[in-house]
Amino acid sequence: MSSETLLPSATPVRFVAEDGSRADEHGGYGEPTGDRLKEAYRLMVLGRRFDVQATALTKQGRLAVYPSSAGQEACQVAAALTLETRDWLFPTYRDSVALVARGLKPGEVLTLLRGDAHCGYNPVETRVAPQCTPLATQTLHAAGLAHAMQRRGEDAVALALIGDGATSEGDFHEALNFAAVFKAPVVFFVQNNRFAISVPFEKQSAAAALAYKGVGYGMRSEQVDGNDAVAVLAVLDDAVKHAREGKGPVLVEAHTYRIDAHTNADDATRYRDAEEVAKWREADPLKRLETFLKSRNLLQDTEIERFAAAAEVFAQSVRDTLNTEPELDPLSLFDHVYAEPTPQLRRQRAALEAELEA
Amino acid sequence: MTTTMAQALNAALRDALKDDDRVLVFGEDVGTLGGVFRVTDGITADFGEERCFDTPLAEAGIVGFAVGMAMGGFRPVVEMQFDAFAYPAFEQITSHVAKLRNRTRGALSLPMVIRVPYAGGIGGVEHHCDSSEAYYTHTPGLRVVTPGTAQDAYDLLRDAIESPDPVVFLEPKCRYWSSEEVTFTRSGPAIDQAVVRRHGKDVTLIAYGPMVATALETAEAAKAEGWDVEVVDLRSLSPFDDETVTASVRRTGRAVVVHEAAGFGGYGAEVVARVTEQCFHQLHAPVLRVTGLDIPYPAPKLERHQLPDVDRILDTIARLQWNDTPVVAGA
Repeated sequence: MSSETLLPSATPVRFVAEDGSRADEHGGYGEPTGDRLKEAYRLMVLGRRFDVQATALTKQGRLAVYPSSAGQEACQVAAALTLETRDWLFPTYRDSVALVARGLKPGEVLTLLRGDAHCGYNPVETRVAPQCTPLATQTLHAAGLAHAMQRRGEDAVALALIGDGATSEGDFHEALNFAAVFKAPVVFFVQNNRFAISVPFEKQSAAAALAYKGVGYGMRSEQVDGNDAVAVLAVLDDAVKHAREGKGPVLVEAHTYRIDAHTNADDATRYRDAEEVAKWREADPLKRLETFLKSRNLLQDTEIERFAAAAEVFAQSVRDTLNTEPELDPLSLFDHVYAEPTPQLRRQRAALEAELEA
Repeated sequence: MTTTMAQALNAALRDALKDDDRVLVFGEDVGTLGGVFRVTDGITADFGEERCFDTPLAEAGIVGFAVGMAMGGFRPVVEMQFDAFAYPAFEQITSHVAKLRNRTRGALSLPMVIRVPYAGGIGGVEHHCDSSEAYYTHTPGLRVVTPGTAQDAYDLLRDAIESPDPVVFLEPKCRYWSSEEVTFTRSGPAIDQAVVRRHGKDVTLIAYGPMVATALETAEAAKAEGWDVEVVDLRSLSPFDDETVTASVRRTGRAVVVHEAAGFGGYGAEVVARVTEQCFHQLHAPVLRVTGLDIPYPAPKLERHQLPDVDRILDTIARLQWNDTPVVAGA
């Protein structure tokens, strides 16, 4: 493949301007159907409400921690919507909204962050890998699994979500290289939200865009306005199609912004000014999609009200789920360390059992 | 037939590839070259590139890619080429390989083998001779095994590949070329069992991997001193076979643990603690260790001072309160 065909668009692909009007930087991508965009809008409303609710529950001590993805709903929802049931999603700790959009139950999604278990859902049944806390390590798993599926003749794709900070990790680069060499059907989707905890993108990378990183590995790469749901869906749909057709992996960088702090444990006012945050609030992906859809008569006020009401019901279900503390069995600590417990673990299990009975 | 340890490992890989389509062999140089130690010699030629293939040179990449392939239903056997070269993959091994079963509450397992040629005695330059077992044995979720004989190389590797749990398979480089009679029928003990290599009644030498042969040599030399030495080969470093080890030490009443790795915070400390806890009343003397020095692995011309040898082990056995003389703290 010549390097020209790998190069991303000169400017981020964009269908909708910040004010919701039509933008013309399509980069040759086709516009998703109105139904698909309306579904994206519905899920973004749900995701936004989920995020607000989870953040509130953290303040109430119901969750140990919650890394908000407010402002990144276009990316979160598009990542889930672009995949078929048979495809695998590899999320990070910040990608809870993507899991909600994928159809997982809020209790399953928040198990990790509540502190009940490391993963609240069955990855095999849901085809969602456990949310990954170490940075970029899951990109290699996605590449390996994509290669495995391809070898087995499965028509499935893996999509790995990562942040801008993770692109500095060695595993990210090894994953890109392995995926490209093996032509694995994997999409690496970087949500460049401008901050790795407190470190701004300028201190993270000297690259003009992270999208350029793929070209050096022989991988098709693209950059997209991450707050334009239409553009993100269009680009990801095409990337997944490219991978599914056996044409190799794709790297997509979405330019977006983390509106809230890294987590509730972080004070974002120490490293960025209110003006910057306010500017990005104006670029709100939800408002932008709403204006765009309304202007094209694809979304009615009654539907907006209906989606908002459904999101309220959903938020109530999140609260109900989180208000019930599940009974945790301390003896389950010894399950699933090995296929069969070792003699050492059997002894330790007996000791804990005695301790609990004392 | 008479076979070297490297050939026994090659036979184990071939038999596993034959028996199970899901088994794949990959890593740097394992294909056309047949591995830098020729452990994978001829496998690509005989089984095709689909089953045994070269990867880009990146250890984290090799292990992380193998994690994904195991999630996708394969049983990867990957090679790290040299002990210290595996360190870039350490995060993948400890954070993911060891934990995925636990993180997913049993929904996903990682039946994979990470082959690590390890330890010294081959005149290798730096970063080619580390004994890294303590890093892996300290990580719950991993099985860690190391063969001391060619027969065990075959048996343990077959067992490791069939294990439902990930296995770090430590291959003692200095024994790759030592030959012995091997039967390819897996008649030996199972993967998690230690074995008494030589019976004796006065003292138990506990060794593994490259030190098994040294311990057996020592046992022969000890006859001249009038000591009847029992040698236990651990084979499986994790999980640990307390039963075999404590039964032996209870019989002999004395024990010395031998390994090449640095002693401080090392694997031998765990063995000593376990034996002391379980055999205290049968012990005639404290359990002692003979280990590598607490230094970075030395340059080849000095490595003979690093490696435990027969003399050093005999000197240590001599300190085991044979005449009611108190044991003075060692080096």
